[in-house]
Amino acid sequence: MSIGPRTADVIVIGGGIHGCSTALHLARRGLSVIVIEKDYPGRHSSGVNAGGVRQLARHLAEIPLSVASMEMWEHIEDLVGDDCGFVSHGQVLVAETEAEMDVFRARVGELNMLGYTHEEMVDARELKRLVPAVSDTCPGGVVSRRDGFADPFRTTQAFRKAAIAAGAVFREGVRVTGLVRAGGIWTVETDAGSIEAPKVVNAAGAWADRIAAAVGEPVPLEVIAPMLMITSRVPAFIEPVVILRSRKLSFKQFPNGTVMIGGGHLGRPLRDRNVTILDWVKLSASAQTVWELFPVMREATIVRAWAGIEARMPDDIPVIGPSRVADGLFHQFGFSAHGFQLGPATGSVVAELVATGRTNVPIDAFNVGRFSN
Amino acid sequence: MRDGTMETWDVVVVGAGPAGLAAATLAGQAGASTLLVDENPAPGGQIYRAVTETPVKDKRILGADYWSGGRLVETFVASGAEAMHGTTVWSLDPDRVLGISRGGKAHLLQAGRVIVATGAQERPFPIPGWTLPGVMTVGAAQTLLKASGILPAGRTVIAGLGPLLWLYAAQVLRAGGTIDAILDTTPRANWIAAASHAPGFLLSPLWRKGLALMKEVRARVPQFTNVVSIAAEGEGAVRAVTFKIASGLERRMEVDTLLLHQGVVPNVNLAMAAGAKHVWDDRQCCFVPVLDDGFESSVPGIHIAGDGAGIAGAWAAEERGRLAAIAAVRALRPEASLPDDQAFRQLLSRHERGRAFIDALYLPPASFRVPEVDGTVVCRCEEVTAGEIRKVVALGCEGPNQMKAFLRCGMGPCQGRMCGLTVSELIATERGVPTADVGYYRLRPPVKPIALAELAQLPAGDEATKAVVRL
Repeated sequence: MSIGPRTADVIVIGGGIHGCSTALHLARRGLSVIVIEKDYPGRHSSGVNAGGVRQLARHLAEIPLSVASMEMWEHIEDLVGDDCGFVSHGQVLVAETEAEMDVFRARVGELNMLGYTHEEMVDARELKRLVPAVSDTCPGGVVSRRDGFADPFRTTQAFRKAAIAAGAVFREGVRVTGLVRAGGIWTVETDAGSIEAPKVVNAAGAWADRIAAAVGEPVPLEVIAPMLMITSRVPAFIEPVVILRSRKLSFKQFPNGTVMIGGGHLGRPLRDRNVTILDWVKLSASAQTVWELFPVMREATIVRAWAGIEARMPDDIPVIGPSRVADGLFHQFGFSAHGFQLGPATGSVVAELVATGRTNVPIDAFNVGRFSN
Repeated sequence: MRDGTMETWDVVVVGAGPAGLAAATLAGQAGASTLLVDENPAPGGQIYRAVTETPVKDKRILGADYWSGGRLVETFVASGAEAMHGTTVWSLDPDRVLGISRGGKAHLLQAGRVIVATGAQERPFPIPGWTLPGVMTVGAAQTLLKASGILPAGRTVIAGLGPLLWLYAAQVLRAGGTIDAILDTTPRANWIAAASHAPGFLLSPLWRKGLALMKEVRARVPQFTNVVSIAAEGEGAVRAVTFKIASGLERRMEVDTLLLHQGVVPNVNLAMAAGAKHVWDDRQCCFVPVLDDGFESSVPGIHIAGDGAGIAGAWAAEERGRLAAIAAVRALRPEASLPDDQAFRQLLSRHERGRAFIDALYLPPASFRVPEVDGTVVCRCEEVTAGEIRKVVALGCEGPNQMKAFLRCGMGPCQGRMCGLTVSELIATERGVPTADVGYYRLRPPVKPIALAELAQLPAGDEATKAVVRL
């Protein structure tokens, strides 16, 4: 096997959607890039997440990035040469009670004041029109009409392929064992030899804390395993993605009739073994919610369940930006189970940051220093 | 079951064929709390299916080997182990929690040790038209015979190779059924390859039995040998089978039933979903688990016995079950009084003798493992053809898991049982690399579909009792 180049302008650690996207944008800026991936791109959360392409219900700090990403999703084929299975029928946050409606109204009012209009209140009638299968007792909800979903593995592969076409080099099945900086150059040690570059991007997902720790910047990263299930095919009955807040459910039907049930119930990750253990009692709770809310699903069977391995930060928003302790190191991890939609724009922003040292997109809220106070 | 807690057992054995029955019997006799779970309404597995209740009462039809299964069931019943028949295991995780379903209700069980004895399944036999009604596997046809006394309907042709093909043909004839032709796909080269293993095989009782069966069938059924291609034809149901033999002769026969069989391979789904490491076996052309001499897999506490550990037949399966049970019980309580395993090991090696001959003789030719015709369906659930798979490989798709995203191949309700080996070998052939490098589907639970309604009613277990092992 060829060892490949030993030096580059930038080394990206991690071949998930974020690493691939950053590699693509760096390569298109004319920089030489080596991506180091310990398994293969999309092996973990980037390939097996629910595929939600969602601006709806995001943390305020994420909205500028999310809106920028949405623009890119809407032209995803121009960006990566594949439609990534992206379909846009909106995402709907369903209120189950009047009290929830009040909370949602306050939120949408706040967004409107800040100038964001992507979230829109809907009453019971419009909700019924959008999601005819929803239970009659729901008083309304919030819709983000441009949202939708895509095929996560296919998307990650498309970004990888586009990055390679733009000149990025991928070293797959290669694990980082350490990194040191000397004389303005990073030496990234791997189990297949060392590679050098002036700049490094830490996009190592659920393993990113180890890269950060190696340079003396410990981060409070929690390894999580959000669980998903998929059903046998049922007749088409729902177009938008449906989210419930209080009962932790996200729900979507694919064009082939299968239905994906998620919502953030967690299994147990064993990250050193690339293994997750499902918690069927929690999955049972999801099944129960679906059974109650969508009578049409009562005859369905569950054909597959799984969990990816990903990173969650204590405040549920990612770490994006330069290291506080090591020059030439940039972090891009901790997307806390909702990083898929952010992939296209975050890669662009981090590439800009690496190449020019600055970006106009507000990312201060994601600085790594926020955990040290 | 104690209310609100997870039921716990020392040893849970999955599968009531020869390996599972022998394992559960030994564990039960050793005093371990032992539960045997099996999908079928009665014990026996595939080989001794319905041995306690078959309507086929004339013992000559199914033969002495079949009826010998009754003895295994009798000793099991007296062993102190408990049985749950009609019970599907839909999940097994590395913590040895099993998800089971019985009578429309799902439960979780905690096991101290698990012995997976899920046996073999028939190797996929993807030929053009194999999805037509009227085309079925010999194994499925034999199930109908054993469980319900049903013989194949109308003009019947059996195609393929392997010991089961001849056994079933003989059983049909003895039961008064007819078979119009046998299309034998054993390549001549296999006889030459097998010859070097003949000395071992000549010592095995299988040799004499195999010859007798073939002789019995050949006396009454026309046979075509060296068959190199087969296709089923028909609209809505099979009407004819066309085939070609090595000499170039082509034939077409009208049929109502076409039965296919090209040997058996380990049924890997439950073990793989539990995380047990499997490797490619070049001799049997299938994936087999990595096991130690107590048949423990790479997942601590999960043993794999019987044909699931690599095809070796019913007699070897029994001894493997006993050896797995000894290791499992010994691990749970070293002080337990257990039989000496040496006798079982000797029996096992005797039964494994001659296996190399059978493996070499009955290895299906590559052209029947990897469909040559692009239009041949490979994944029945998602209707994916060989040609579509070839195209995606040409675009750079390197393995079966990456392929799922493009073709949904293997993502249907059968979880890849009907296409997994074909897909792995097809990708390897197209890429020009060993199948070992391509690997197999990463399998996800539930390994058998579970009704949403059943999962919704899963009793919530008390976490605190999860780790308690009843000793």
